[in-house]
Amino acid sequence: MEQIIKSLQLNLIKDNRYMYIIDGLKNTMIITIFATLLGIFLGLIVALVRTTYDNTKKLKVLNAICNLYITVIRGTPVVIQLMILFFCIFTSRNVSGVMIAIIGFGINSGAYVAEVFRSGLMSIDNGQMEAGRSLGLSYLDTMKFIIIPQAFKVVLPTLGNEFIVLIKETSVAGYVAVQDLTKGGDIIRSRTYDAWTPLLIVAGIYLFLTCVFSAFVKKLEINLRKNERKD
Amino acid sequence: MNKLLEIKDLCKSFGEHKVLKNISTDIYVGDVLCLVGPSGGGKSTFLRTLNLLELPTSGQILFEGTDITDKNTDIDNIRKKIGMVFQHFNLFPHLTILENMTLAPMKVLNQTKESSEDKAKELLNRVGLIDKLNTYPNMLSGGQKQRVAIVRSLMMNPDVMLFDEPTSALDPEMVGEVLDVMKELAREKMTMVVVTHEMGFAKEVANRVAFLDNGVFAYENSPDKFFNNPNNERLQSFLSKVL
Ligand SMILES: Nc1ncnc2c1ncn2[C@@H]1O[C@H](COP(=O)(O)OP(=O)(O)O)[C@@H](O)[C@H]1O
Ligand SMILES: [Mg+2]
Repeated sequence: MEQIIKSLQLNLIKDNRYMYIIDGLKNTMIITIFATLLGIFLGLIVALVRTTYDNTKKLKVLNAICNLYITVIRGTPVVIQLMILFFCIFTSRNVSGVMIAIIGFGINSGAYVAEVFRSGLMSIDNGQMEAGRSLGLSYLDTMKFIIIPQAFKVVLPTLGNEFIVLIKETSVAGYVAVQDLTKGGDIIRSRTYDAWTPLLIVAGIYLFLTCVFSAFVKKLEINLRKNERKD
Repeated sequence: MNKLLEIKDLCKSFGEHKVLKNISTDIYVGDVLCLVGPSGGGKSTFLRTLNLLELPTSGQILFEGTDITDKNTDIDNIRKKIGMVFQHFNLFPHLTILENMTLAPMKVLNQTKESSEDKAKELLNRVGLIDKLNTYPNMLSGGQKQRVAIVRSLMMNPDVMLFDEPTSALDPEMVGEVLDVMKELAREKMTMVVVTHEMGFAKEVANRVAFLDNGVFAYENSPDKFFNNPNNERLQSFLSKVL
């Protein structure tokens, strides 16, 4: 017992080391939240282009670009993508590491979210599009007011899970000089030469976060299913 | 009489499968044309080409003089004048009944929220559903849904209404309430093209009944002659099965 208190004292209290954890957690959450939003934005656009191409054979060039994007992003490790952004593209120092991580993880997530949205859009009965179009609504307006809102509801739990995956995936942000939660724990380890305590604390925080958000997503799913049953 | 729709040599194939074969007919303002025929005969396909939900393989469709198969025709502009009612209602489940009705008038006709809501309420009143204003489609019975679908189309002030088996998905006790709404529309001189198996409705309301069999208008006449001894063998055998 005394031993535990002592190592907590050393790893957290001394020199205000807990701030590495707090700041790291803050960065992890900032990166995760904004990367998820960017991923949703990109994913929705890519999914719309691909669905429109599938339905109408229009947007051929854009569709090819989207396919390339998905293939490249899903076919390479996210760490490499981050490092390319960091060391090759944003070489000037006035873009912060956090910003680069948001962009990198956002672009990465977009490629996965695109497929989620695409299956969501395809799950909406074709009669909805036909009803919208036969009322005189344009293709885009029908998508915007009728198809996308329904598809969004369908994919909401999956998007929640994507968020949870990103919480963990962003732990490699340290590769591009971002002090996220993992890096924060690592810094403490390098100061105290105690590996167990900071790593367990960090692992515990990740576990706590994913459990909380998973419970949230599950509740969301149950609520959505309840609404569905009334159909 | 004014021609509303002129259909010339209309053909539609799905791959090798010829579904509509050189159909030519005119639909006049005020016509109530009922289409009957065996399943798979091409009734839905014919109806859906009239507002270009299906693209004709060849032939022409003129709506109020405009060739809607012409690539330069703005089809959205045509579709807002052609109401369509589907077998499975196709209400928008994420919108309330009121929102289902006001969406298109506001987005397509640029009506204000107030004026479109006023109109929606008036129409809902007429079909006895004013109390459903703020409920969602999943709370309605099939008959109620179809009545909403009909007045949703009417919100656009269409020049013609297309119905694709509007009562086929309904429990028998709900068929009447939907047919009543359609009968009232016909009394108000709405031009209608109705695919139906309700022969009583066709007899009572239509001024023309056509037998669509194997992709052609195999027989067409006034309901009187259509149902009493038509000189078409396949129609006779079809009628003997359904009547
Ligand atoms: N989208 C489609 N793709 C391929 N075949 C189709 C499609 N729509 C209809 N068909 C075929 O066209 C024929 C006529 O169908 P339809 O117009 O629905 O007939 P009806 O409404 O008279 O029952 C059927 O054989 C059907 O299988
Ligand atoms: Mg049909």
